[in-house]
Amino acid sequence: MERHFQHELESLKTMLIKMGSVVEENVSHSLQALLDQNEPLAHTVFADEERINAMELEIDNAIIDLLALQQPVASDLRFIVATQKINNDLERIGDHAVNIAESDLNLLKVKPIESLLELPKMIVTTKFMLRQALDSFILLDPKMAQSVLENDDQVDTLNRDMVSEVIELLKADRQNIECGLELIRISRNLERIADISTNIAEEVIFHTQARVVKHHAEEHHS
Amino acid sequence: MNDSSYCIQTNNLNVYYGTKHALKNVSVNIRTNYVTSLIGPSGCGKSTFLRALNRMNDLIENVRTEGQVTFDSTDIYAPSVDVVELRKRVGMIFQKSNPFPKSIYDNVAYGPRIYGVRDSRKLDEIVERSLIQAALWDEVKDDLKKSGLSLSGGQQQRLCIARALAVDPEVLLMDEPASALDPIATAKIEELIFRLKERYTIVIVTHNMQQAARVSDYTAFFYLGELVEFDITKNIFTMPSIKQTEDYVTGRFG
Repeated sequence: MERHFQHELESLKTMLIKMGSVVEENVSHSLQALLDQNEPLAHTVFADEERINAMELEIDNAIIDLLALQQPVASDLRFIVATQKINNDLERIGDHAVNIAESDLNLLKVKPIESLLELPKMIVTTKFMLRQALDSFILLDPKMAQSVLENDDQVDTLNRDMVSEVIELLKADRQNIECGLELIRISRNLERIADISTNIAEEVIFHTQARVVKHHAEEHHS
Repeated sequence: MNDSSYCIQTNNLNVYYGTKHALKNVSVNIRTNYVTSLIGPSGCGKSTFLRALNRMNDLIENVRTEGQVTFDSTDIYAPSVDVVELRKRVGMIFQKSNPFPKSIYDNVAYGPRIYGVRDSRKLDEIVERSLIQAALWDEVKDDLKKSGLSLSGGQQQRLCIARALAVDPEVLLMDEPASALDPIATAKIEELIFRLKERYTIVIVTHNMQQAARVSDYTAFFYLGELVEFDITKNIFTMPSIKQTEDYVTGRFG
């Protein structure tokens, strides 16, 4: 006899997948608004942030109920714990999308920028990492999750390059200070989104394989 | 919420065993098509309360019941009430499964026969439907002539549930229906309870708080004969309003 608890786990997963898609879309909008200098699109990010926050609370409540009422163990427990963390991760990614949208609007007010430097490359990689992290959760695919972890260094490097390049830019022309600060801020937010995407991937590995890969925990214990 | 959403309502229910005041001024509304669990330490009055709902306490000597228990707009303690008819509509499942020493078929057909069903095709239908509802049909459909006592403990308990369902009750009272069973059989009974609430109203006494959390929509916590707290199960197990409930569900006493 199939336990109705399994259905409740499935519906929790569906809730998180829905939240993931809203967050992913919001990140995309914040970045598209940057690339297209599209002010109305940047504004939509703030409205959708409210939806994301509401979804986070709804998922939190569902998790508390499942923990209190169903006493999950083993893979069920790992799934719920992973879901709780991913829920929190997604909400934070949502906050970073809002930060980027704020920078988009600030950039529209200052002297137009000639180049986004490394940002277009960072955008492609970060969006890819977030997409893969979410897909690895949907498919419960630890291999795909592992590949997210491997992309993180690339984004870190691009972020460092961005900072150096902006410094050079500012040395050449001090009129660009506001613009440069916003570019660094966007770069920093992208780096955070990529980093949090690796956290999501780590939770997928924890749930599917009962392995703790964050902070190189396995190396410490072997 | 109007009264029709409540199946059974108690109003200032008091039960005495001789001089012992076992249940004190308990007023509870039991919602139709939901599972209500009764929890509390031994001697708290939860089983007394359960048995008051279909007058099973009448069978105990020196028992005295005051207050009201209303079922289908009737006070079940009114002199005009037919107790046999009441127990047909408000059935009971006990802790220890107690099949009759008869075949599986005759166990389930027992109640309908007493109530006058003679047509064998009708009886066949009732037996099949009841066993399906009790999630036992697939396991016994080829052995209906076998003795009910030859089944495993968990199957016997589901046979007793099928027997109770055969007389088409509206309410099922369950007194620790899974406490004598292993975890797998327990999980089956719990899943069955979850499914049965689509058609029946269920009140369950359990010593196992986790079971109350898993299967019920509403939970009543009894202590020393009093109803301490009654709320939706989610609230009782995540944020009870009363300190005594909190202490009990967190295992700090009881």
